[in-house]
Amino acid sequence: MPTLDRDEVARVAALARIDLSDAELDRLAGELQVIVASVEKVSEVATPDVPATSHPLPLTNVMREDAPEAPLAVADVLAGAPAAQDGKFAVPQILGEDA
Amino acid sequence: MSADLTRASAADLAARIAAGEVSSVEVTGAHLDRIAAVDGAVNAFLHVDAEGALATAAEVDRRRAAGEQLAELAGVPIAVKDVVVTKGLPTTAGSKILEGWIPPYDATLVERLKAAGLPILGKTNMDEFAMGSSTEHSAYGNTSNPWDLTRIPGGSGGGSAAAVAAFEAPLAIGTDTGGSIRQPGAVTGTVGVKPTYGGVSRYGLIAMASSLDQAGPVTRTVLDSALLHELIGGHDPRDATSLAEPVGSLAAAARAGAAGDLSGVRVGVITELGGEGYQDGVSARFAESIELLRGAGAEIVEVSCPSFDYALAAYYLIMPAEASSNLAKFDGMRFGLRVEPTEGLVTAERVMGATRGAGFGDEVKRRIILGTYALSAGYYDAYYGSAQQVRTLIQRDFDAAFAQADVLVSPTAPTTAFPLGAKLDDPLAMYLNDVATIPANLAGVPGLSLPNGLAEDGLPTGFQVLAPARADDRVYRVGAALEALLEASWGGPLLDHAPELEVAR
Repeated sequence: MPTLDRDEVARVAALARIDLSDAELDRLAGELQVIVASVEKVSEVATPDVPATSHPLPLTNVMREDAPEAPLAVADVLAGAPAAQDGKFAVPQILGEDA
Repeated sequence: MSADLTRASAADLAARIAAGEVSSVEVTGAHLDRIAAVDGAVNAFLHVDAEGALATAAEVDRRRAAGEQLAELAGVPIAVKDVVVTKGLPTTAGSKILEGWIPPYDATLVERLKAAGLPILGKTNMDEFAMGSSTEHSAYGNTSNPWDLTRIPGGSGGGSAAAVAAFEAPLAIGTDTGGSIRQPGAVTGTVGVKPTYGGVSRYGLIAMASSLDQAGPVTRTVLDSALLHELIGGHDPRDATSLAEPVGSLAAAARAGAAGDLSGVRVGVITELGGEGYQDGVSARFAESIELLRGAGAEIVEVSCPSFDYALAAYYLIMPAEASSNLAKFDGMRFGLRVEPTEGLVTAERVMGATRGAGFGDEVKRRIILGTYALSAGYYDAYYGSAQQVRTLIQRDFDAAFAQADVLVSPTAPTTAFPLGAKLDDPLAMYLNDVATIPANLAGVPGLSLPNGLAEDGLPTGFQVLAPARADDRVYRVGAALEALLEASWGGPLLDHAPELEVAR
């Protein structure tokens, strides 16, 4: 099994879009190595003949009545947003300069 | 009179309100007074809505005076875990990233509470995004255990359990992903039930792990849990995983169980959930409870569920994987906190990283990174894929065990409440608190915890009853039977033995 070292934690944190300080990276790398070493025992019993389960009580073809429902009021939704303008969410620029 | 009202069960309060002996405004006011008196020390509530609760209570009293037919629990106040969205009431899930957020809608279960006329006292403290077993991961300070204010109240729903244990509320709502209703119940001497997966709508719950999360009742008696479960349960078209069938007659099962006859009921003791790693006092109380069940006519059998030894490992892959996906919505764009990077270009991607770095606490970061890792290219099969296979093995163990027994039982938690701070620096030790509760979430089966005594340290222990999926009535029948037998032996509820909390003036 691969180890979750400091560089790997930094790479995964970037994938998860979480900025971490150097101190956090040091601590998380140590903690996550212990946790990963403990959870990887799942592979001991996960032999190829065992199917995977994604859901405890699988339901199929779940339908509801195709009836219109009133949406939330725009003003109510935008009241909780960090920034809004002209009845829309106001967000930072999406692309970087060199994109 | 006021103390009498806060110590009464919800069923008793409902009957007295219905009979006109006491008004909902009096009952609600008594609980608000109790919150004002003790919550400075307990910190069970993140937000108290005295005005809203009293307005609901007055409306219930008015409708009753007008002769309207009301729901059984109408007028009985309730506390709601802060992971459940409530229109117009702050909802933070214990996180700084949602500080000050006021949801624009109600969870389905909250709609049902409101429709039935239950005054909502406020929102209860919890580990951030329900990630924890001690409430110490709340961004707003820990909750204390009413039995000993220097100890943990369990988690993640420590606020709901402590509110009920401290007589601040007769009823509360919890959510249980790996034990967050049952383990706090065990360490605070209260009752909590995780229904069958899909039994209570998840619409309006701030999701941690969607295939594991389930809301349920937190109370002081088994009957009260049954009454609240009946009220919040049942099909909801807004939750595609909601079970179609009716919730069933749970209060009737509890009342039948309380008569104390368990003749013909097969009770399976799970070998793997006991022995080594379980505190002596926890094991001793469990053995005594088994003898009480045997005395009531139950047939006791021992069942082995060997895959349960892998449940914790599977859980700490599946849950973080699902959480890493569910919590991606906290991106600083549409609700909650937005933090801009201190230098460089302010792009959406960099704002998201800065917002999550500042807004999430340590445990949330740990779990999101662990889950992202388990799902990332190259590791998926070894971690997430294997964990899903273990989930199949655990379901098979349950199927085999339920062929031999009608219900399965174990201690709810391996130890009593530990001191605040004792496990905060050792995540793996913290995770072990949920070793007995996690299998039920992985398989979707219902589980109840009820107090079954005090350990050698004078702190409460919990007894867990598990039943097959959709057979929630069985946990109520057996739970109520054991509760009646235990209370007969104690001469009253276990919480009568809790120390009196100092009252602020």
